[in-house]
Amino acid sequence: MTVSPEDVRHIARLARLELTDEEVERFRRELSTILAYVEKLEELEAGSAAEPPAPDQPLREDALVEWTDLAPLREAAPQFEAGFFRVPRVIE
Amino acid sequence: MSSDHPRTAATLGRAVRAGETSAANAVEDALARASESEDLHAFLSLREEPARREAAAVDRRVAAGDADELPLAGVPVAVKDNIAVAGGLTTCGSRLLASYVSPFDATAIARLREAGAIVIGKTNLDEFAMGSSTENSAFGPSRNPHDPTRVPGGSSGGSVVAVAAGCVPVALGSETGGSVRQPAAFCGTVGVKPTYGRVSRYGLVAFGSSLDQIGTVGTTVEDAALVLSVIAGSDPHDATSSPEPVADLASGLDDLDPAGIRIGWPAEYFGEGLDPAILAACESARDQLAAAGAEIVQVSLPHSPYGIAVYYTVAIAEASSNLARYDGVRYGFRADSSELSSMYLKTRAAFGAELKRRIMLGTYVLSAGYYEAFYGKGTAVRTKIRADFEGAFERVDAILTPTTPTPAFPIGEKADDPLAMYLNDIYTVSANLAGIPAISIPWGRTPADGDRPALPIGVQLMGPDFSERRLFEIARFLEREAPA
Repeated sequence: MTVSPEDVRHIARLARLELTDEEVERFRRELSTILAYVEKLEELEAGSAAEPPAPDQPLREDALVEWTDLAPLREAAPQFEAGFFRVPRVIE
Repeated sequence: MSSDHPRTAATLGRAVRAGETSAANAVEDALARASESEDLHAFLSLREEPARREAAAVDRRVAAGDADELPLAGVPVAVKDNIAVAGGLTTCGSRLLASYVSPFDATAIARLREAGAIVIGKTNLDEFAMGSSTENSAFGPSRNPHDPTRVPGGSSGGSVVAVAAGCVPVALGSETGGSVRQPAAFCGTVGVKPTYGRVSRYGLVAFGSSLDQIGTVGTTVEDAALVLSVIAGSDPHDATSSPEPVADLASGLDDLDPAGIRIGWPAEYFGEGLDPAILAACESARDQLAAAGAEIVQVSLPHSPYGIAVYYTVAIAEASSNLARYDGVRYGFRADSSELSSMYLKTRAAFGAELKRRIMLGTYVLSAGYYEAFYGKGTAVRTKIRADFEGAFERVDAILTPTTPTPAFPIGEKADDPLAMYLNDIYTVSANLAGIPAISIPWGRTPADGDRPALPIGVQLMGPDFSERRLFEIARFLEREAPA
């Protein structure tokens, strides 16, 4: 399994990670090694994707529960104004 | 503090309920021990004042005769710093959450409080629980109390060190691929990974959601079982928590007669790469069970050797998805930027190297053109791993294996070789992939060798879904027979 520098940059864009040239080279090497190891799964006969094991999952009642104490949320937020999370401009 | 101070959670809880010691004493003792062992870096933060207030409240209940129903009355507990405790830091060992204060208690924490336990501090971990050595913490590594030049294992390294160093009798960790059992083996404690769904994950920061489970650490099997019995059970806040009733997990564990118990011995777990001292430890544990009348049965788990490969498709895919929420918008660190997309990039640059590696790998295996070959194949083989166990458990009550292939390794040894680090979890990941419960208990030590001191060894028992009670009984038998 060989991963190219272009692959690494493409994946980094999808993952919203900004990589230095040095990181691109390091991840190219490490991803190639790790993915080559994971490829040992190909030794096994093909099966289809399957749901992971899961316990019975009864759903709780779909009832509205109001979170009234906004203070800790406001304090945890980088910028919180008038009940909204403020972010930099999205569209010029 | 007095040397006859009770050292286990079970005896301490009884002593506090009986008024023989106080919760206040127990908490002061734990805080003092935590600062004495500061060099081991088990804790990221201590809850000194809240813990003292909570201890005083427990003592008032004891004085009022209202504490008889508190199984963990006054018991100090250490909690991995990816589990939310209201009003305090939950950093996940990450720069992204370095100053994040949780607005609510995890369900496991709320249940500990109701049982009279007192959280004295939050413990170190690999960033977002991703690692097997606690070296990936943004706040520096924890150290193994048996040899401070070695790792304690991970990712729940801080919780296990807090117990192994005697700061607290019990602690909470979390497991995705062995993160409680592996450090427990490295540090000589008991570590439990319950059945998937046994404990609510509400308030546990998500890593691999089809694998994650809160686990318990203790110096004894009874203590690890007692804490699990308190935190287990369904929770409306976590749809994956199981409605299966919680059995009495901790009392009468001595009553098991091993005669008639069937113990599986899987050849796949005793091959190349296993330290000879750990192989000998497993054989000795097996022989003790056999001598007491247990039947030893050869079983086959042919897909277990693929466990790490499956794990590093499923876990990283889920991790890359779960970690997408750290974008600097609603909480945690935000990098300054005048434009949204560069704010995301600069904020996420604060992830450590291992986090970036796993996000990259996870994004890769989920990306167009590779999804079927990696994630699809991984989930398919995962069901085969589960089927192997189901077949084996038709013939045996539990399976005995090593917990780790080697004892604790030196700090830095595997830091530049991610695959070697991942392979440390080769014996533990299958239980997470299959969703079954497992426990690691101490079984002697490796022989001292030159500069290397004798190091703890862990043996592992795995059982079918919701067989925790039976695993604890067998583990308790082994605990009585274990070499020092």
